[in-house]
Amino acid sequence: MRKSSHSAAVVTAALLAFAGTAHAGATLDAVKKKGFVQCGVSDGLPGFSYTDDKGNVSGLDADLCRAVAAAVFGDATKVKFTPLTAKERFTALQSGEIDILSRNTTWTSSRDTALGLNFTGVTYYDGQGFLVNKKLGVKSAKELDGASICIQAGTTTELNLADYFRANNMKFTPISYDKSDESAKAMEAGRCDGLTSDQSQLYAQRIKLAAPDDYIVLPEVISKEPLGPVVRHGDDEWFDIVKWTLYVQVAAEEYGLTSKNVAEAAKTSTNPDVKRLLGAEGEKGKDFGLANDWVVNVVRQVGNYGEMFNRNVGDGSPLKIKRGLNALWNQGGLQYAPPFR
Amino acid sequence: MTEPNPPAATFTPHPDLPPPAATTGVIGWLRANLFSSPLNALMTLLVAAALLRWIPPILDWLIFSADWSGSSRQDCTGEGACWVFIKQRLGQFIYGFYPEDQRWRVNLVWVIAVVASWPLFLKRNRLQVPAGLFMLFVFPVIAYGLYTGPLFGLPHVETSQWGGLMLTLTIAVVGIAGSLPGGILLALGRRSKMPVIRTLCVTIIEFWRGVPLITVLFMSSVMLPLFLPEGMSFDKLLRALIGVVLFESAYIAEVVRGGLQAIPKGQYEAADALGLNYPKAMGLIILPQALKLVIPGIVNTMIALFKDTSLVIIIGLYDLLNSIQQAAVDPNWLGFATEGYVFAALLYWVFCFSMSRYSQHLERRLHTGHKR
Repeated sequence: MRKSSHSAAVVTAALLAFAGTAHAGATLDAVKKKGFVQCGVSDGLPGFSYTDDKGNVSGLDADLCRAVAAAVFGDATKVKFTPLTAKERFTALQSGEIDILSRNTTWTSSRDTALGLNFTGVTYYDGQGFLVNKKLGVKSAKELDGASICIQAGTTTELNLADYFRANNMKFTPISYDKSDESAKAMEAGRCDGLTSDQSQLYAQRIKLAAPDDYIVLPEVISKEPLGPVVRHGDDEWFDIVKWTLYVQVAAEEYGLTSKNVAEAAKTSTNPDVKRLLGAEGEKGKDFGLANDWVVNVVRQVGNYGEMFNRNVGDGSPLKIKRGLNALWNQGGLQYAPPFR
Repeated sequence: MTEPNPPAATFTPHPDLPPPAATTGVIGWLRANLFSSPLNALMTLLVAAALLRWIPPILDWLIFSADWSGSSRQDCTGEGACWVFIKQRLGQFIYGFYPEDQRWRVNLVWVIAVVASWPLFLKRNRLQVPAGLFMLFVFPVIAYGLYTGPLFGLPHVETSQWGGLMLTLTIAVVGIAGSLPGGILLALGRRSKMPVIRTLCVTIIEFWRGVPLITVLFMSSVMLPLFLPEGMSFDKLLRALIGVVLFESAYIAEVVRGGLQAIPKGQYEAADALGLNYPKAMGLIILPQALKLVIPGIVNTMIALFKDTSLVIIIGLYDLLNSIQQAAVDPNWLGFATEGYVFAALLYWVFCFSMSRYSQHLERRLHTGHKR
């Protein structure tokens, strides 16, 4: 889904050249004036943005926008969601229809530059992986020599797969299908040993199988798909707010601050890092144009990064995605926040 | 030897024998219709075998093994369809994101629509004219007011919160109501003797008919905002509605033109001979006949339009189909998309079939004995 949008993005890039520069100015002021954050999310992706039983937009991408709303207004509910298809998403951001695009968008250089966008960070390190039957007894993708792999035809997934096997001097038989559901069915029927796709999709695919527990996602990630929120060029103040909203959530997890204990910690903590972060010491909120206790609001209402992850895609959700690359830097992952001082 | 003449034999016909058993009743019907030749017999057997092979599992999946009660995916055994999913999400399929405590407004609009348009579906009666005027001029205002809110002092519900069947019906009804008059005007304009009007209408028709609806929607949603001054943004639904109306008008125009061309020249001349001016000639003589002729074509276009509303999926509007797809990616309900699609198909079929039946009814009612 993410890949097919490249051509559309390139086509619109030229048109955006004149529209893209026109948006200097204070997004923050505009947001404060209208009273809510307008957030572009996907039109349905398990765990990232989807509608729950009560009609609320839920998911990791949606929660990031809630966190920004909590930072700006102290109220995580002051956010409106615009569902966007892959083709519409950049135009919607460029034309000012939305303030943040949080729609599992892969961070690439051309999007960051030619499209006039700024990626504020990485909410989820995704990448292509493998889902295989446990019966194979395979623990690593390196053991897949000679396997038959189900793939979706015509995607970059196919090319990544070929590259990976060639680089590791292994052979494989590709079996192409048009739809991911078809390849899952084919794997269940034993037509192939495993299937490959982005890891976040593999976990969703696994739930749909008749016996999900018979299948595992291998730990190897063979391509880079860093997904993150996006804002327009030309408003650094807003860029900073969105960027640091994610960072403070990561920092909060590192310091052990959760939605439950953060209000208490703001009063009682003696750790100078925590005191600075929560606004108990210094006037850091002012630098952002936000309230001094904005971090408390973010963490109390939306949670730290780990809580957000677990609730939407991790162990607290049906998807049960492992933290993997998305663990904190001091636990073997890549999530790292610069110092808050 | 004489014998008395036998009494004159009176002719009593033998009572009718029943027709051969093989030509009456069930057996006769079977022989005539299903087993009339070896080839037909073979076909019948094959079809029967296929039905026996496929129907029971389908029914089993749909009904007998299906799970009907419960509230989560744990209540679904997975042997049959999981209608629990539909049941849990029905509110969203019908109303989209419309706030739950405000849904009575949508219901009220539907009730008004059904009650007020009822006389229009009956035989000629006194209420028809007021009902028609009400539906044309008052109802749209009421519907808009109730749907959005502020007009009647109700809480505002943005169009981005509309969805599900409600949105599908809104797009279809606005599309139909807007494209029919638009199409008639375009058709008349295309046959006009005034070159400017004719060229204009031909251009509009050929342009809108020449592009796919999906392109129109895509342009309205992705390209249009780039050409508008910053800060000026049209409602997404409004953009889609305008696109649909313009697109369908072009189709209706060509259907109506077909009807206009089928009217014999004598009718036009008769209208002129009576001294009727253009609007009267068209309104009283030509259009009533022409429109009656093309009812099948118009309804065909309407049914296509109803189903085309699902294309708004590509601009991120949550119509019936998109609400269902959306619910199917909820991690709690992953893997129940089939049930959702079956449900969508059923709803679409009900609406399209009703439209088709109504058009047949209309044709019979307007039948004036000229049918060939």
